[in-house]
Amino acid sequence: MTASTPAALPRPDAAAVSRTRRRTRPPLSLSRVLLWIVVAVVLAYLVFPVFIVAPVSFSSAKYLQFPPPGWSLQWYENYLNRPGWVPATFVSIRVAIITTLLATTLGTAASLALVRGRFPGRNAINSFMVSPLVVPGIIVAIGIYFFYAQAKLVGNPLGLAFAHTALALPFVVTNVSATLHGFDERLEYAAMNLGANRWQTFRRVTLPIIRPGVFAGALFAFITSFDELIVALFVSGSGAVTLPRKMWDSLRQEIDPTIAAVSTILITLSVAILLSAELLRQRSERIRTATWIAEEEELGARE
Amino acid sequence: MTDMDQATYAVSGAIGSLGARVIFDRIEKRYGSVVAVDDVSLDISPGEFITLLGPSGSGKTTTLMMLAGFEIPTAGEIYVDEDPIAAVPPYRRNIGMVFQNYALFPHMTVGENIAFPLQMRKMSKAEITRQSGEVLDLVGLPGYEGRYPRQLSGGQQQRVAVARALVFNPRVLLMDEPLGALDKQLREHLQLEIKALHEQLGVTIIYVTHDQEEALVMSDRIAVMNNGRIEQCGRPTELYDEPSTRFVATFIGESNFIDAVVERLDGTAVCVEAPGLGELRAPMRSGLTAGAPVMLTVRPEKIVAVGDENGMAADMNVVTGTVDDVVFVGEMRRYVVVLPGAQRLVLKAQNRRGVQGFARGDPIRVCWNVDDCRIV
Repeated sequence: MTASTPAALPRPDAAAVSRTRRRTRPPLSLSRVLLWIVVAVVLAYLVFPVFIVAPVSFSSAKYLQFPPPGWSLQWYENYLNRPGWVPATFVSIRVAIITTLLATTLGTAASLALVRGRFPGRNAINSFMVSPLVVPGIIVAIGIYFFYAQAKLVGNPLGLAFAHTALALPFVVTNVSATLHGFDERLEYAAMNLGANRWQTFRRVTLPIIRPGVFAGALFAFITSFDELIVALFVSGSGAVTLPRKMWDSLRQEIDPTIAAVSTILITLSVAILLSAELLRQRSERIRTATWIAEEEELGARE
Repeated sequence: MTDMDQATYAVSGAIGSLGARVIFDRIEKRYGSVVAVDDVSLDISPGEFITLLGPSGSGKTTTLMMLAGFEIPTAGEIYVDEDPIAAVPPYRRNIGMVFQNYALFPHMTVGENIAFPLQMRKMSKAEITRQSGEVLDLVGLPGYEGRYPRQLSGGQQQRVAVARALVFNPRVLLMDEPLGALDKQLREHLQLEIKALHEQLGVTIIYVTHDQEEALVMSDRIAVMNNGRIEQCGRPTELYDEPSTRFVATFIGESNFIDAVVERLDGTAVCVEAPGLGELRAPMRSGLTAGAPVMLTVRPEKIVAVGDENGMAADMNVVTGTVDDVVFVGEMRRYVVVLPGAQRLVLKAQNRRGVQGFARGDPIRVCWNVDDCRIV
């Protein structure tokens, strides 16, 4: 992105740019070749399922068969026409959005308290907040189920979103906390000194600076909820059937490539979300760099 | 107070206003059992440039933070122009501050940084633009509104920090080691610039540093702090020539210390007995009794080597010893003299024609004016 920057800018940043440009490739040695091979194998292992699932979803066969004997869009048609799939997709999206909003807001607030606050039991609360990461999902799910059964929240999308919020919180807390640890508190002092009250300080100074962490946390929260199965199995009832739950149900009845089509859609959606987030981030950075370059040119013209 | 300042501004249309008087009245700050600031009282005149000088942990920054409102004193009160402010939140104090490492907002341009305090005061856009331009002219950075802080050099960032702290026309400006991150040459240049700015604006400046030279160059008055207390407060020349404690004598400039015992007080002078050196005299100071162990301090450049001639003036202290070390430092020679009783004395002799030179091992006779030494 900085590649469009002229190399001879009289700014400290210019030095950094040319330094990265001039970075030379280390000499090719046996150990480096081995490293590349290991990396390639690991990556292939991680991505391999996609290369099976995606072709199968376009298969013309009636059963799961690889390689597909021919091509067809029948399974995507199935996804759209058979009852339950599209509504489940919308339930998933709705639950994920509510989860994202709740987890991001609560998690950011909690991180502020945990990183900045000095109160007894801070470490204990921190451990408690991230416990969903280590407690087996099934245990959490059973606990939530019994509680929801009494609270009459089973089958309620909002109830599912609350449960997912608890699961997503650790991701927000860890991401935002990490950004907050690197945050210079004097910036907040400066804002208050200049006349901003606490809320204005947070809105105008703290939040814009920790935004990358908050954003990353929000993405994790969305994905966590969007492909969560275990809790959904227990509490989605009949009123809040999510896409993963629907996939599970259909797998138990019949195995046909519809499941591959849905998987492919799910993967595409996840990748699209991550990609657009990255693009957004790059764009906001490019705008800043652009102002700087414009300024440089203007100054150059004046001199 | 804010409204009044803005009104003044609108009429005069210029950055700068009369400084405020600041009073620290028996301020104390404790963290648990640790006393960070201990019974500090200070009366700062309107428009004064005062420096809190001390090593790290001396309480100088804590004192400044209490005035800015980021720390609340556990005892005592702070007044700005007769108004007690210890309980006022920082964002309502209207006190400018230049932070260590500047604390410029990295996600805002220079223009946005400077506009920030004005936006918080709900000024109109036109007024903000006008005032920002004016303050950037003042610090010598016209036309830099569109830059981001990271695109500026350290010195430029420092100026932007000063501009941001001044743009809302505070009557008190706090500076917390504002030049600490810069190289020596730039630091010396900016010292003079800040001093000039102070004279031009008339704002009261409270400056914190651990650099004694910086304090001596810039300040009207210096308050030397140590262990949470003010050891001595006075004009730079007072502190240098008449240090009242051993700490001040060591912290500001170089000093010699001679162990002695008070012999008698004769109204105008204190006579002390130093082991091996005989009777030495120093200006009178209160609170001394005969027999008390004291220290006599004298600056190295106040001591001169003299010949063997007798009949020294009565207002001189004379001692003899042996040259132990000679260091040539360009404009002067620095001698370390060992005195009888194993005490050491450092003196500086101007490197000038007619000044006798000494070598290691030479016997030497040195003297200094009674008024140039202090009992601490």
